Amino acid sequence: MDNRNLQTPSQTIGPFFAYGLTPTQYDYEFESWVDNNMVADLDAPETIEISGSVFDGEGKTINDALVELWQDDGEHKLYGRFGTGTDEKNRFIFKTIKPKSVDGQAPFINVILFMRGQLLHTYTRIYFDDEANLNQSDKILNLVESERRNTLIAKKTEVGYTINIHMQGQKETVFFDL
Amino acid sequence: MSDIIQTGFDREIQPNYLYEGYKSTLLRAPTKPLIMPKKADLTLSGPVFKDFELGALDSDLTKNAVKNGEPLGERIVVHGKVTNEKGHPIPYTLLEIWQANSSGRYIHKADQHNAPLDPNFSGAGRCMTDAEGNYKFYTIKPGAYSWGNHPNAWRPNHIHFSLFGGDITSRLITQMYFPGDPLLEFDPMVQSIPLKGRDLLISKFDLALTEPDFALGFRFDIVLRGHHATPFENQ
Repeated sequence: MDNRNLQTPSQTIGPFFAYGLTPTQYDYEFESWVDNNMVADLDAPETIEISGSVFDGEGKTINDALVELWQDDGEHKLYGRFGTGTDEKNRFIFKTIKPKSVDGQAPFINVILFMRGQLLHTYTRIYFDDEANLNQSDKILNLVESERRNTLIAKKTEVGYTINIHMQGQKETVFFDL
Repeated sequence: MSDIIQTGFDREIQPNYLYEGYKSTLLRAPTKPLIMPKKADLTLSGPVFKDFELGALDSDLTKNAVKNGEPLGERIVVHGKVTNEKGHPIPYTLLEIWQANSSGRYIHKADQHNAPLDPNFSGAGRCMTDAEGNYKFYTIKPGAYSWGNHPNAWRPNHIHFSLFGGDITSRLITQMYFPGDPLLEFDPMVQSIPLKGRDLLISKFDLALTEPDFALGFRFDIVLRGHHATPFENQ
């Protein structure tokens, strides 16, 4: 092979990231540079709320996960970050806009997930259940066996969408090796 | 910008999701095979930090939380270079850091370790790489602390790092350790790393970086996944 430099190994985010990575959300004195409001105008008609919980192998909600969203449809490049330790139900909650379809792909949002108990972060995606036609023909979704595909598809609500992430079990979320 | 060959996680270097010695992985590691899209079907991008404005004391943890005096402990200065796997520097990327104080206590409200807080130290900071990919921050050497993973479990001294690089596949959260720490060989986090990669997280003491009468110097270089240059390399 070529002379590649060896990748720096990953380590867990651990249980105590909040005052470093999401300090404002958790009420520490250091100011966050990013939060869960990914759009400037939270009251704009196109603003949606995406929420959900992260579950462990015993079906319990995880209260020390860090969820990051990244979406890029060419027009809007949006990044958000939220820890699951401040909502009373341990949910993640983001305000964003739904990305557009690019080149006929189904619209989606990238999810990067960190938590105590993960030595290496995981990647998943959020697709949308009101895009049935595009979802059906999407190249990436079609890599996933049909009975697991719904783990990636958020359900429409009155204010946006909800999606839960299951680390293990029958409903285990599809994770990607990017 | 011809270097858009993508590489995945190097499985000879990176820890697995499941590592039984680290008990919290048991209920949190994915159990089903990951889906691997063709790289050609991915449009990769990520947050950029060209115009990011750091606070004046963000990169000096010895000063950024001072209330009524200086924090206790050994002052250190940590330098390093952030590159991609081809050795190309990654300029203007954000590093976020957090750590315990010199007694081994985090300010996090959930940390119940019986060691004193330091009113003048928070342990959180940020810095950016410069045009050549170099970064530097000042802090206090973190202490070891016990945790509940197994009887008499102690974490070696470490600083948590978070980095982005050019796109979401180069995202990295890791921990920097210190040379000669006797706890390294007992630590499941460190031992989860395959042997080939284990030493890569141990910083090097560097007398040339040491600032006389002020702070001990350590060097910790970081290699982010992929060959992507950042979007501003040609600017």
